[in-house]
Amino acid sequence: MKDENIKKVLLLGSGALKIGEAGEFDYSGSQALKALREEGVETILINPNIATVQTSEGVADRIYFLPVQPYFVERVIEKERPDGILLSFGGQTALNCGVALYQSGVLEKYNVKVLGTPVQAIMDTEDRELFVEKLNEIDVKTIKSEACETIEQTRKAAAELGYPVIIRAAYALGGLGSGFCDNEEELDKLAEKAFSFSPQVLVEKSLKGWKEIEYEVVRDRYDNCITVCNMENFDPLGIHTGESIVIAPSQTLTNSEYHKLRALAIKIIRHIGIVGECNVQYAFDPKSEDYRVIEVNARLSRSSALASKATGYPLAFVAAKLGMGYGLFELKNSVTKTTSAFFEPALDYVVCKIPRWDLSKFRGVDRELGSSMKSVGEVMAIGRNFEEAIQKGLRMIGQGMHGFVENKELEIDDIDTALREPTDKRIFIISKAMHKDYTIDQIHELTKIDKWFLQKLKHIIDIDEALKKCTSVNVLDKELLRTAKIYGFTDFQIARAVGLEQELGNMSKAGLVVRQLRKGYGILPVVKQIDTLAAEYPAQTNYLYVTYDGVASDISFGDNKRSVIVLGSGAYRIGSSVEFDWCGVQALNTIRKQGYRSIMINYNPETVSTDYDMCDRLYFDELTFERVMDIIEMESPYGVVISTGGQIPNNLAMRLDAQNVPILGTSAKDIDNAEDRAKFSSMLSRNGIDQPEWSALTSMDDINNFIDRVGFPVLVRPSYVLSGAAMNVCSNREELERFLKLAANVSEDHPVVVSQFIEHAKEVEMDAVAKDGEIIAYAISEHIEFAGVHSGDATIQFPPQKLYCETIRRIKRVSKMIAQELHISGPFNIQFLARENDIKVIECNLRASRSFPFVSKVLKINLIELATKVMLGLPVEKPGKNLFDLDYVGIKASQFSFSRLQKADPVLGVDMASTGEVGCLGDDTNTALLKSMLSVGHRIPEKNILLSTGGAKQKAAMLDAARCLVENGYNLYATGGTSKFLAENGIENTQVYWPSDEGKQPQALDMLHNHEIDMVVNIPKNLTASELDNGYKIRRAAIDLNVPLITNSRLASSFIHAFCKVKLEDIDIKSWEEYK
Amino acid sequence: MRKVTLVLEDGTKFHGKSFGYDRPVAGEVVFNTAMMGYPESLTDPSYAGQLMTLTYPLVGNYGVPPFTVGADGLATFMESDRIYASAIIVADYSEQYSHWNGVETLAEWLKREHVPGITGIDTRELTKVLREHGVMMGKIIFDDEPDNIPEADYEGVNFVDKVSCKEIIRYNEGAGKKVVLVDCGVKNNIIRCLVNRGVEVIRVPWNYDYTSMNFDGLFLANGPGDPDMCEDAVNIVRRQMSMSAKPICGICMGNQLLAKAGGAQIYKLKYGHRSHNQPVRMVGTNSCYVTSQNHGYAVDAKTLGADWEELFVNMNDGSNEGIRHKVNPWFSSQFHPEACSGPVDTEFMFDKFVETLK
Repeated sequence: MKDENIKKVLLLGSGALKIGEAGEFDYSGSQALKALREEGVETILINPNIATVQTSEGVADRIYFLPVQPYFVERVIEKERPDGILLSFGGQTALNCGVALYQSGVLEKYNVKVLGTPVQAIMDTEDRELFVEKLNEIDVKTIKSEACETIEQTRKAAAELGYPVIIRAAYALGGLGSGFCDNEEELDKLAEKAFSFSPQVLVEKSLKGWKEIEYEVVRDRYDNCITVCNMENFDPLGIHTGESIVIAPSQTLTNSEYHKLRALAIKIIRHIGIVGECNVQYAFDPKSEDYRVIEVNARLSRSSALASKATGYPLAFVAAKLGMGYGLFELKNSVTKTTSAFFEPALDYVVCKIPRWDLSKFRGVDRELGSSMKSVGEVMAIGRNFEEAIQKGLRMIGQGMHGFVENKELEIDDIDTALREPTDKRIFIISKAMHKDYTIDQIHELTKIDKWFLQKLKHIIDIDEALKKCTSVNVLDKELLRTAKIYGFTDFQIARAVGLEQELGNMSKAGLVVRQLRKGYGILPVVKQIDTLAAEYPAQTNYLYVTYDGVASDISFGDNKRSVIVLGSGAYRIGSSVEFDWCGVQALNTIRKQGYRSIMINYNPETVSTDYDMCDRLYFDELTFERVMDIIEMESPYGVVISTGGQIPNNLAMRLDAQNVPILGTSAKDIDNAEDRAKFSSMLSRNGIDQPEWSALTSMDDINNFIDRVGFPVLVRPSYVLSGAAMNVCSNREELERFLKLAANVSEDHPVVVSQFIEHAKEVEMDAVAKDGEIIAYAISEHIEFAGVHSGDATIQFPPQKLYCETIRRIKRVSKMIAQELHISGPFNIQFLARENDIKVIECNLRASRSFPFVSKVLKINLIELATKVMLGLPVEKPGKNLFDLDYVGIKASQFSFSRLQKADPVLGVDMASTGEVGCLGDDTNTALLKSMLSVGHRIPEKNILLSTGGAKQKAAMLDAARCLVENGYNLYATGGTSKFLAENGIENTQVYWPSDEGKQPQALDMLHNHEIDMVVNIPKNLTASELDNGYKIRRAAIDLNVPLITNSRLASSFIHAFCKVKLEDIDIKSWEEYK
Repeated sequence: MRKVTLVLEDGTKFHGKSFGYDRPVAGEVVFNTAMMGYPESLTDPSYAGQLMTLTYPLVGNYGVPPFTVGADGLATFMESDRIYASAIIVADYSEQYSHWNGVETLAEWLKREHVPGITGIDTRELTKVLREHGVMMGKIIFDDEPDNIPEADYEGVNFVDKVSCKEIIRYNEGAGKKVVLVDCGVKNNIIRCLVNRGVEVIRVPWNYDYTSMNFDGLFLANGPGDPDMCEDAVNIVRRQMSMSAKPICGICMGNQLLAKAGGAQIYKLKYGHRSHNQPVRMVGTNSCYVTSQNHGYAVDAKTLGADWEELFVNMNDGSNEGIRHKVNPWFSSQFHPEACSGPVDTEFMFDKFVETLK
């Protein structure tokens, strides 16, 4: 039964999205808060991630946009005095924070009860030694390392464990001196090498090629246990599960294997004493029933979010209820509403999760996949067969792929190596290898991927080959066409395979021809429900997917034009993440409130918008033109919202419009007028609106002529990129030539867009909603960094604190003109450059932007709700409040995940690199900035600061801040030029040497390694691609050694001033509603 | 693969392809929502006379294990000596398999045992039809040959008699306590679970009168079809209960026979329980178990005699999942504690039974 003493509960969120800790915790937290509110419990949430759904009005009773760190959490506990605390819904961040509060006695001091899994159980799973000991107690096998100090010992250990073994040097960074040994001879060689790095060598049994299997397990306080889902990795052990394609349920396990691991999972969860949810990861021998437990996560995780979406079983919701004291038998199945929550879902479909990487955004990053996670998002595809699911998934990851086959030819020199050493492209290399007649056995040998998966992939190849044999669409056999559709081929893939694309010279036309043909044959998709019980019980579920592998739909479609479809934002990626999920959810809420049926199409398992409670119908499916059209044709909605999901839906505007789809809000034509650079530019010129000069150029001469006119630096955007970043700033002719040579072919077919790059200009954002071309509400915000840092990486203050009134007036005037010209009805965003009072337009998007949740929450006006009403054609009033009425400041700061991205240069540029953000409020700029900087992992330094402040201008800009540091008792260490400059200006400092100044002391790197530096300010001299130079080494060392790093002088100055002026104790602890 | 049509009693048709033995067949069409375990299910004698539909679409992935026989005389990886289901109906048969213990494809096995298998069927839609209408008779016919297969019967047929052993078989002879196992269509794992607990198992035909034999406990096994066809077995149980208070345990059909012997009535469920995820609760406790089930009939708990009470109930539909005698060590479960296939959470039922023998 429910614990009646718990009336007020504090939930810890996970903070900014980062690699390994992303949107899944917004989903878990939102579900937990919903479960608590249903119980009449008062909820308090701490989460600085302002773009999340959980930090929206009505989700928690009080929200604190504060760092999820012991100090701040204690202050909130002191103020709020909650009865209970939930630690397992905010990822590792919340868990670590909770454990620290427990260990320091804070929870006991304030008499706060930890709900759900006890802290001791958490610690038992987190501490490797305790964990192994704990599982030994019940004879469950774990992966053991034997620590050895002599070669003799390593031999003995290896013999006991059985070859093959892995050996690694203890305490060595980056896997130095580690490797696999198949026999004693190899061991001797490697061990000798390893001992040269370290006095201690660890020997482990090698589980290379073993399967990786996970179970999601739930336990209540009455010791009742269920496993909600099991999942099998497509990639064998060795690739982090976050980097692996994952299939649910497992496909290659027999009954005995499945239930052996299931029973072990339950045994483990009972022994550890979990109350709520946890996941158990296994390594499983592909040649016997041998296993090892890899780890247990005593909290909701990425896998649990995936399992919830894969099965329809709301793990976080149930875990929160169990934390409140309920037994599983007291809860109902949320899907059927009639059957018990104590059951294990039966799936009648297959689910495929595929990670989304953005490695090309990072300079120098290691592309090989391994034991650390690098992916920034994921997709989940649902099908009635594996081929359908994986082809859907490969389209969903949004990297220009059409499925497993019929993609642009991949250039690979050495297929064997590419198969053996997996990168983000591996699945497509398998496709290439199969087309090149590699056998399944060969590919299995090289990849260790289970042959079953390879057999299924080969089946796709076989269908593709059959299609290719059709010389024309006219001779395409109806049965073959149906088979291709059943196994996940799009109209376009089929069109390309039969040569139709080449014949018509147009992708979308070719796809439409196949579409017409198959519709004529009656080959149409059906809609199936995810009902948790494989149709055994009737379920009124609205959780749907589309498939060709079926004869009837589970639902019926009314034709009453009372539904509105919202297109979601797809996989999280750099530049498009939780903020668009928030926008989508707000649109759904508004549509429902206005009496329409809301329909969501999205496929990202980490989101709240794909929670089937959020809308009337959820299509967990593709956002391709084909699939969106399929759904529109079945649903015949009143309208479709394409402006709240970022660029993916926005890009569909013209094609949907051509099919007469009722797009709500700004018309497709006007969207195109903003998206098409030339059209937009001429519109600006027509209206006398200034913009940085640009030109699309097709020869080197033209480029040189253009630069002669506008001067360096210039921003260069090739339309066809061979490798590396898509966009770059070039400061001189040499750099320009090098970049163009490296990155692009300049030709008639592939023009390069070159724009004037304006330095030392402020960047200003206008987020607004207009109705019939008239602005209804707006928010102007200001970047702290000068232009040159991508708006997604910049630190943004709202309301603007340092803009001239005249600048603001001009921005408003220009925005008004643009809104009128483009007949905007709905959300839009314009980016401006401002120097003195000159303003130039750099970009305009006729859709919600990344900053909509931030400005909406700071302003306390929900711009998406307003925009949705406008799009529905409802009357709206201009809000009475404007941004100058605010007595507080909001600061949005970016979260970087460089520590996960080995070798990547942690420097900011014109391409976005941040993986998440936070937004904090404060009574003034300094406190707001401190809160947000601390939230993204910066720390107030103790005493020693290392400065390398770049070029002359940046050095000058940093002077004040340096003086401020010295006045506040900090010790400055500076590299050559900076040291000299500081000394000349009377600022005391100690010179340190660059790595290239070999032999000179003290060395900057040594100081970092000795943990003598508390903060690094390292500003690159210019924005060009730097080589592996001194600056890179220092920046990378700071990241690898977990020392806070700032690479921008304006941000560094602001942060330094903030922590020099405001002490930690003086930071106000106020909830969102207390800022009035 | 030849084209086939599954025709249900109500005229509903599903089109697919034959991947098993090419032979038309008729039987009761049932669905099973388990996601794995096709070798175990196919060899479960309780599926006799039935066309088994699997709702999980991908089938055949790990092939078929070898038909080896262990020291105990039982098939190592199978639940009996052959396939008992009349046919298997799936959505997406996997023509190739991958598993270290696989020796042939599912198709090869079906062909060898002359059992039809069809694929390409929308098994979710089929399940919905069965769910709405209740289980139905149906037949698989080949599109390229005339439909001349006779209609099959399910109700009124004594399937237990067809699948039960004909002679007494002993396992683990001389091990200690003796258990008479009434074979209504017993799964091997019931025998294994008993043998592994150190008892001698005397497997007798379903209608064998064991009352005068020397034994310590009685075990009523699972089996196919309608328990009302097994009056002989019920009468023998009744006689046994009137003669002594020796422990009795039952599983599935065994639960129904024990209930009948105790005076209760049996009814046919609309579409049965065939899955690995049936939640049951032990009456009067907060203990719940995920169970493996395969039954079309159930005990009407309201008709239990005054000396009897419910031991388990189904948490989804409230149907009976087990009974026990208020005084004597007589108890049974409707679900399958021996699993195979399915979750193994309730294997303690065997421990409890073996404890009562002492």
